[in-house]
Order: sequence, then C-alpha cells, then structure tokens
Amino acid sequence: MKFTWFHLMPWPHMPDDFRQKHRSVWVDLPNRMYEPELGHIAYHQYLDQLEYAESVGFDGIGVNEHHANAYGLMPSPNIMAATLTRRTSKAALVVLGNSIALYNPPLRVAEEMAMLDVLSGGRLVAGFPVGTSMDTNYAYGTIPALTREKYAEAHDLIRKAWAAEEPFAFNGRYTKLRYVNCWPKPIQRLPPIFIPGGGSVETYDFCLDNTYSYSYLSYSGYLRAKLLMEGYWKRVAERKVDESPYRAGFAQVICVADTDAEAERLYGPHVNYFYNRCLHVYPGFADAPGYRTVKTIQTGALSQFTQAAARDYPNMSWKDLVDGRYVVAGSPETVRQQMEELIKTLRVGNIFCLMHVGNMPNDKVRYSTRLFAEKVMPHLRNLWPEWKNHDDRFWVHPMNEPVPLRVAAE
Amino acid sequence: MKTRFLTLKPSGVRIQVIEAGKGRDLLYLHGAGGHMPADPLIAALAAKYRVAAPLLPGYGQSTGEDGLRDMLDITLHGLDVLGALKLKKPIVVGHSMGGMIAAEMAAIARTEVANLCLLAPAGLWLDDHPIADIFSKLPYELPGLLFHDAEAGRKLLASGGDMNDPEFLKQFLVMNARRLGMAGKILFPIPDRGLGQRLHRITARTLIVWGTEDVLTPPVYGHAFKRAISKSKLVRIAKAGHAVGQEKPAAVLKAIKEFF
Repeated sequence: MKFTWFHLMPWPHMPDDFRQKHRSVWVDLPNRMYEPELGHIAYHQYLDQLEYAESVGFDGIGVNEHHANAYGLMPSPNIMAATLTRRTSKAALVVLGNSIALYNPPLRVAEEMAMLDVLSGGRLVAGFPVGTSMDTNYAYGTIPALTREKYAEAHDLIRKAWAAEEPFAFNGRYTKLRYVNCWPKPIQRLPPIFIPGGGSVETYDFCLDNTYSYSYLSYSGYLRAKLLMEGYWKRVAERKVDESPYRAGFAQVICVADTDAEAERLYGPHVNYFYNRCLHVYPGFADAPGYRTVKTIQTGALSQFTQAAARDYPNMSWKDLVDGRYVVAGSPETVRQQMEELIKTLRVGNIFCLMHVGNMPNDKVRYSTRLFAEKVMPHLRNLWPEWKNHDDRFWVHPMNEPVPLRVAAE
Repeated sequence: MKTRFLTLKPSGVRIQVIEAGKGRDLLYLHGAGGHMPADPLIAALAAKYRVAAPLLPGYGQSTGEDGLRDMLDITLHGLDVLGALKLKKPIVVGHSMGGMIAAEMAAIARTEVANLCLLAPAGLWLDDHPIADIFSKLPYELPGLLFHDAEAGRKLLASGGDMNDPEFLKQFLVMNARRLGMAGKILFPIPDRGLGQRLHRITARTLIVWGTEDVLTPPVYGHAFKRAISKSKLVRIAKAGHAVGQEKPAAVLKAIKEFF
C-alpha cells in the first residue's frame, strides 16, 4: 500500500453563520473574507504538516489546484510542491494535479512539472485533472462543452514534449507552437501519472490506455464509492489488463484518536466545518452545462460537488457521518478495521489520506497523523502481498544520489 | 405546426425544422433555451408568415453539435440551413442567441440576409450593464429572468422541479448539457465573440425589438445595436421581459408586419 498525506489547504476562518450568509464557498465568495496575514500563518502551518507527514513515514505528500474559493487555497500547487522539494527528501510529491486545460500553452505544465521532478530528484507524481466545473469553467472561463477536447489536446502535447529529444511543431486546435522544446525535462522519463475521475467510462479507458492510476477523490466515503469502483474494475477485466490495485486510488477523510469517543470530541467540530462550510457549493456552479458528457450524466455519475449540494450535510450528525463511513474516525483499531475494509472492497493501492480536516488546529492534525502512521499504517502495509506493496508502474523512481539538502545557516 | 428534417451535405447532420403558416417566408432562430412547448411566438408569426424554425444542433432532435465549436462555425451553419430551406427573400428573425447568430449571418452574407429582425439579441457586452450569467442559474430562477410576468413564464416553461430529486436533477443536467453546452460555445462565459466589430457591415433593413422589462439583457443594449446598424429601427414593447416574443407575441407580430 502507498499512503499519501494529502492537504486541501482550506481557509480555516469561515464564520459560524457562513452557510446562512453566503451561497457558495466557491466562485463568487467575496475575497474580503481572506486575510493575507492569517493566510501567511495558514500556509506555513500547512506546509509544516506536509513535511511532518514525511517524517512519520507517509509514502507521499499531496497538493492540488483550485481557484476562487475558500475550500482549497492552492491556485498553483506547483509553488507549494516547489517549497516541499527543498524540505523533504524521501516522500513522493503527489501533485494531483495541474488542470492542464487551463494553461496557455499547456506546455507550461510539462515545463513546471519537469522542474519539480528535477528539483526533487525524481519524486514527482503528476496528476492531470480536468478540474472541477467551478474552477475550470466559472473561475477560469473555459467553455464547458470544449473543456474535454482541450484537455485531451493538452495531454497529447505534454506527453510529446516530455518524450521528445528535439524540437518539434505542434499544430493543435487550441494550441499552435512552431517550436516545442521542453527544457528542463524530467528525471523520471515519464513520471507516474494519476488521473482524478468521477465515474465516466471514457476516463476509465483513458487510464487503461495510458497505464495511469485512476484516483477517485470522494468525500462521501467508501460505501458510496463501491459502485463506481466496481465499474472501474469491471472495465479493467473487460480490457483484459492486469488487476494491479495500484491502478486505483481513493481519498478518505481519516481522524484517529485514542478512543472512538475521543475522536468525536476532538474532531467533530472540524469535520462539521468541512462538510458544511468547505463543501457548501452553490448547485449552479457545480456542473456547468456541457462540462460533463451526456453519456456520463446518464450513467448517474454526478460530481462530488453536485452530490454535496444534493446531500443533507447540515442535518448529518457525527454519528451519521461515521456510521455512513463518510469519515473513517475512531481509535487506531477502529480506523484499521475500516481502512482494511475500504482497501479491500474498493481494491485500491493508493490512499490519499485527508487528515487535516476543515479548520483543524495544528496539534490535532499532528496527533491524528502520528497515530495513523504509528498504529494504523503498519497493519495496512501488506494487504496486497501478491504485489509486494509496490507496483513500479504507478510510483516514483527517484535518482540514486540526490544532492544533500542543507538549510542556509549550516 | 409540423416537424420535418433536413440533411445537410456533406456532413450528414440532421436538422429538425418546425414549420407553420402560409405567406411570406420567415426564418426563426431560437434563443439558448430552444423552442418553448407550443411556442407562442411561432404560433403568432404563423398567422401571417410561412415560418421555418430550425433547431440548432444540440437542441431537440437536431444532431451535429460536436462539429460546431465557434462563432464562425455556427454562423456558416446558419447560412447552410438557410440555403437548404430554399426560402425566398426571407425575413430572418432571431431571438437572443438566435439574434446574435442572425446578426452574424447578416454581417457576413449581405445578399442572403436582406431583412433582419433581432429580438433582444445577444452578442454585445457593456461593462456598465453586465448580462446575467444564465449558465449558473437553477431552473426555478429562469422564469424571473426571462419574463416580466414570472408566474405566467413559469407556466410557459413548464419547468420547475426539485433539484434534490436525483431523477429530476439528471434529466435537467442532460437537457442542459446538450442545449446550454452548445449555447456556451458562443455565450460562455461572456456572450461576446466580436459581433460589435462586424455590425457595421450589416446592410439589411433591420428591426430591433426589446422588452422594456428585460432584466437578462437590459434595454440599453437595444440602443447599442440601433447605433451600430445603419438601416435599423428600435421598437420597445411594454411589460415584456427577455422572452419578448413569447411574452407579447401579438405585439411582436405587429411590429414585424409594420416594418417589413
């Protein structure tokens, strides 16, 4: 198993009456709520937490891209990952990812990710999401019905740019470049690529065609994810490729304490903050018309945020969220049992552990993280013995002798 | 009203066309919402004209939306449909998005479009008078945005429904993905694809019609169109919103009859 400690970096200072006062955490929430000096503290605390996760043994540390929101404050995940290259040395840097349809030209992604891979000594996991509709369409203005075509072309360009050793011309519909010439190029000739997906068959096939890992980033827990992941594994079987669990990953909110009761006491308010403020997206922004294909909508695969809008989070208690396995929370033993069930039922080799939740303070984040690393993770390591805890195709290949990093004072 | 299908060559795209009435030829291009059930404007126009109302790819049973990506694609598609319908010196009427397409057609093809009627057309953007973002609206918000009399509009649209009902949500998303997905190619995120630079090319006699209570595209846009098109007249219709033709079909028919 590979465990990535994943940060969303939410704004932790939304007021108690947030839901009543604002229709959406995304797109049109006035940024007067953002206070840069408090942002300074939050950013550094969040980066410290990612570095701490490496120190306690997580395999990867993760960041992602969002725009115009208080849900996740990383318009540029590459800037965050760049800071981590200098302060970590072992963990994979899981950038999940760059919304490649948004970069003009998308060659920028090939260049920046190559920089990250070189800086980190070959520790980059590259994620290529389409991006949420809030980000891609409403905040960044991409025409919804053309988003996927633009994405596919950007992907094509990036792969070609990484593979080429000489300049070449790229005549796309959306990007035309007479000289594509990616300096620097990545240490890993092709970094492992993770694709966040939401249940469309096209995305299953895209991952299988390219040997990319399919990542389902859900906040509604593994019970509700079962159907979708079964669809994925059914497709894997139909395509007659191997069933490596590392072909798939799942994001899970996890809270560990000494006892189940302590978990509720410590984390209850922060979980509530996450589900009721961070996920409070105006339904009109969740799925711009044309963003999803008709085929995908007909399969009932709605976005995480459309689902959130349709769910009754305000009236869900801690017990509802825990019993429904939206969150995996409790004592190390409780969490171990549930995580084992999650890993086996979804057949996933990658877990994106969401251990900072909503407005959780630093000491609780570290406490929960340490308990998970020390008392849960070791018991989950070898759930796929036939794969020996690793699949070379879906994890990083760091260089042998990276430069030893020193702080400036040394 | 009856339906027939055109097959465009060489693409093989099938276009659904609603036809009604007898008289002088009139081409009607719908707005981003498509035709309304038993569209009151088409019904009114049919009393005086032979109306041909094609549905844009992505609407109704018309196909071919994947081949249309930008304003030029859609403008030329409009001219292809006009040609395939074999209309004689038609009055080309377009509402909202359809008005934007009709104006583009008139700017590009002066001989084909010599008589133009724009009903609250899209296509311009004034910073001081932003147009509402129709793409992020929920179904229950639309009647108030499109009609002066929102209650009557609600009945006409026969929409409504409960976004918390997963089945309704799915149907709404499928319909919207096709229609507004297509409309988004020229209207999202700002409904301006440079028409303002081309309006001066229009030589057609042009009637511009605006509802005085249009809250989606405020009436100030009517004056902007009027100023930019040389042989044009602006008619304002009282107690009408953005769906001016559906809300006041008789008044719009009267304005068209008097002008052409």
